[in-house]
Amino acid sequence: MALKLPIFMDYHSTTPCDPRVVDEMLPYFTEKFGNAASRSHAFGWQAEEAVDHARERIGKLIGATSEKEIVFTSGATESNNLAIKGAAEFYKDKGDHLITTVIEHKAVLDTCKRLEKQGFKVTYLGVGKDGRVDPDDVKKAITDKTILVSVMLANNEIGTVQPLEEIGKITRERGVLLHTDAVQGVGKVPFDVQKMNVDLASITAHKMYGPKGVGALWVRRSKPRVRLVARMDGGGHERGMRSGTLNVPSVVGFGKAAEIMQVDGEADNARIFALRERLRTKIQGALEEVFLNGSAEHRLAGNLNLSFAFVEGEAMMMAIKDVAVSSGSACTSASLEPSYVLRALGVGDELAHSSIRFGLGRFNTEEEVDYVADLVIDKVGHLRAMSPLYEMFKEGIDLKSVQWVAH
Amino acid sequence: MSYSDKVIDHAENPRNVGTLDKDDPQVGTGLVGAPACGDVMRLQIKVDESGRIEDARFKTFGCGSAIASSSLATEWIKGKTVEEAEAIKNVDIVNELNLPPVKIHCSVLAEDAIKSAIADYRAKRDAKRAAEAAAKPEAVATTDAR
Repeated sequence: MALKLPIFMDYHSTTPCDPRVVDEMLPYFTEKFGNAASRSHAFGWQAEEAVDHARERIGKLIGATSEKEIVFTSGATESNNLAIKGAAEFYKDKGDHLITTVIEHKAVLDTCKRLEKQGFKVTYLGVGKDGRVDPDDVKKAITDKTILVSVMLANNEIGTVQPLEEIGKITRERGVLLHTDAVQGVGKVPFDVQKMNVDLASITAHKMYGPKGVGALWVRRSKPRVRLVARMDGGGHERGMRSGTLNVPSVVGFGKAAEIMQVDGEADNARIFALRERLRTKIQGALEEVFLNGSAEHRLAGNLNLSFAFVEGEAMMMAIKDVAVSSGSACTSASLEPSYVLRALGVGDELAHSSIRFGLGRFNTEEEVDYVADLVIDKVGHLRAMSPLYEMFKEGIDLKSVQWVAH
Repeated sequence: MSYSDKVIDHAENPRNVGTLDKDDPQVGTGLVGAPACGDVMRLQIKVDESGRIEDARFKTFGCGSAIASSSLATEWIKGKTVEEAEAIKNVDIVNELNLPPVKIHCSVLAEDAIKSAIADYRAKRDAKRAAEAAAKPEAVATTDAR
């Protein structure tokens, strides 16, 4: 089979819909178009039944005990906002302190910053060189004013998987709620809200081969029953937590995507892991000074975040433009700051500028991996040949000893 | 980031990549930027006896715009006198390459690289002249002593 360009290796940003997902969605645009909140006729009942089926499938994937615990949203950003702001507002009489980590997604960090402006106090925990939070740090940060801890399941940039189970033991023991932004990890690493003592979990469909624009917040209903103040006023849908007519076709697609993850996830992950290791060993076998960012052990199967020393990330993306990847380089961001996640690991700014994130997924092939590996090896060689830093490195000059004139 | 065709052309086919002998008295070397900022340019010029830039080379660590800016700079200064090269402004590079606002610093860096290379060349030339001037009376004295 001929290789088709461009090649998509940015599965952390989004994923294509699985064709099986689309097939199941289609009837809900046309003949089964009812409003799931219409309780008085067959069109509504049909839609409601489909939505509840989706709740069951999604709940099953994450270990929920009741499908009623799934609250549909527009996506994980909304889920994170609802979980954190909703809990902070509801429990504000109990305390005003929240704990999170410095490597969370902006949907969590900016939500916490907003709460700080409103008078809440937030502790941002650092991470180790491998990108993991030390559960002991969580323990130490909890005070009698702490109402919520929010730690992501797996990081979107470096794929590092957090020790949620250990953190869950601590929060449960201290009677503090635990929220997790589980977007990147669901279906890809073991995740069970019961086993991990999670109370709130944000997930989204488009990171697991479902459609964009639909997500969910799982809200624990018992032991403890978690209460939230809604962000949106309206018809009181989703047990009053999220008003607004449900996007039924997308919800159906989300359910199907979850079911596929449940059934195929393990085999999928084993295959993706093999592809990622093939890519990594080829590249690191052929090139010197290529560093893996994040934990090698506690890592999403599809994540390969590498820093190619002496080569700038954006120039690299331009050189491999037939491959869709992303970079922690400042030049790719509006802020002109390199990745805050890589900085948090203590990766130097120069190596953060040199980072490329390969995100592999369900539809990548071995042939694609081989093509990308060869292309990367060739282009890095080319870019290093025109890098003054590589020349200096080769001459044995310690780049750290040079007095640079920063701009 | 969408680039102009000219940036893509320079980034994909950079002109005058390479290294001149930095110890050659006719060669001026400019090294500007910092790895931590994501761009470092090294631009070198070789100036002939008449003060004309006969060769220019660069190596750049940086994004596509940084590579294109330095590539263009070497292309422009080749054949110019040192004074003409010194007159090149970053705005000229911005206009030629159609750089978006966030990439203007790449053109500034290229201008700095030219100026820094020229300054290095002049410093070497002046040092050489001073050394020659200092050597002359001594030579006379030697003659006298004889």
